[in-house]
Amino acid sequence: MSEKKIITTPLTDETVEDLKIGDNVLITGTIYTARDAAHKRLVELIDKGAELPFDVKGQIIYFAGPTPPKPGQVIGSAGPTTSYRMNAYTPKLIGAGQKGMIGKGEMSAEVVEAMKKQKAVYFAAVGGAGALISKSITAAEVIAYDDLGAEAIRKLTVKDFPAIVALDCRGGNLFKEGIAKYGQK
Amino acid sequence: MREIKTDTITDAVRQIVMDAATDLGDDVVAALKAAKKVEKSPVGLDILNQIIDNAKIARDEKAPMCQDTGYAVLFVELGQDVHITGGDFEEAINEGVRRGYKDGYLRKSVLGDPIERKNTGDNTPAIIHTQIVPGDKMKITIAPKGGGSENMSEVKMMKPSDGIEGVKSFVLDRVLRSGGNPCPPVIIGVGIGGTFEKCAMLAKKSLLRGVGDRHPNKFYADLELELLEKINKLGVGPQGLGGTTTALDVHVEVHPCHIASLPVAVNTQCHAARHKEVVL
Repeated sequence: MSEKKIITTPLTDETVEDLKIGDNVLITGTIYTARDAAHKRLVELIDKGAELPFDVKGQIIYFAGPTPPKPGQVIGSAGPTTSYRMNAYTPKLIGAGQKGMIGKGEMSAEVVEAMKKQKAVYFAAVGGAGALISKSITAAEVIAYDDLGAEAIRKLTVKDFPAIVALDCRGGNLFKEGIAKYGQK
Repeated sequence: MREIKTDTITDAVRQIVMDAATDLGDDVVAALKAAKKVEKSPVGLDILNQIIDNAKIARDEKAPMCQDTGYAVLFVELGQDVHITGGDFEEAINEGVRRGYKDGYLRKSVLGDPIERKNTGDNTPAIIHTQIVPGDKMKITIAPKGGGSENMSEVKMMKPSDGIEGVKSFVLDRVLRSGGNPCPPVIIGVGIGGTFEKCAMLAKKSLLRGVGDRHPNKFYADLELELLEKINKLGVGPQGLGGTTTALDVHVEVHPCHIASLPVAVNTQCHAARHKEVVL
């Protein structure tokens, strides 16, 4: 396996520009979870010009809804959910300063355009590896929308969170490249 | 006539709910390990390693292998000589689901209404498919289903003139369009024939078969292997990031159908192909 790039949050333009599709990264710092319902609320706030429950500038949003922690755990299993469901919301959040997304599966052309324009990056984590991924989460705290349960916004502290750059800020697309490379007629 | 108490049903369901979430079947793990030997993409290989490590952690630590612990789908084969006592049969199952998701620290992913979208808080109601069969036993199978892979499933009412080639094209196109969304490597369940709802049930039930279990009819066994080979040539790969392991298996089930119809369903299953059963 290629060498892993260590990156820390919040992300800067320089960090984002340095990442290209296929890079293996280990993310350390703070990331925020949000799924469909939380994204809907965040974008409603942006549309109203209201303040968001956390400052998204430079931040990574992790599309995830964990299982409840067992006693003594900081979080339960916490793998990524499918990203395309956030296509309708992510461009606006990138417009508000968000720099990164972690999820699984491809995102839309509109998201990619916003990523190119504002310099943002999309990481794929391994869907269905929630027990493994939770080992890289050292702290978790619900900071908004507790009523949404698993879908609440959680502030996670992560150390060496494993992910792969799947869409980069130059329009590089590992999904399309992968099929072109490994598809056989 | 044999009596089975609803409390017995509830306890049994609670246990298989928890076991299914943490204990991936040996057949799936073996298929993932076999895939590692043939996967050509380094990224794909790294992903397969993570998935195998994850399954081991889940089993050893009794942790859910995936945070999407699913909608609880249960298949019940109820012997016609069984008399259920002590309460409501479906409520007994729902109580087992409720307790299993609570005691197993599993995620509650069920909304009470598809438009209002408010979580029921206990992962009920379950989806319960009951079939009356001869005998005095009750077999309960749980197949918790994650949303990501279920969303990449489809029913198509094809024309009889589309024939077998049309069926193959539909299945391959469905897998290609799904890309990384359903967490490949996937297992593809295909239902052919019956009616609109019957073919969907066939596709779903085919996913209960073990990886490597072939259809008893040679024509359909060969079709399964042909589709598997073609799917793995699409290049989608683990998590859709490119590679030669897109599916671990394809299961086909068929049923007689109407002269006007060729219903086909594809039920996509992620690599967390969970199912557990108990016989009472």
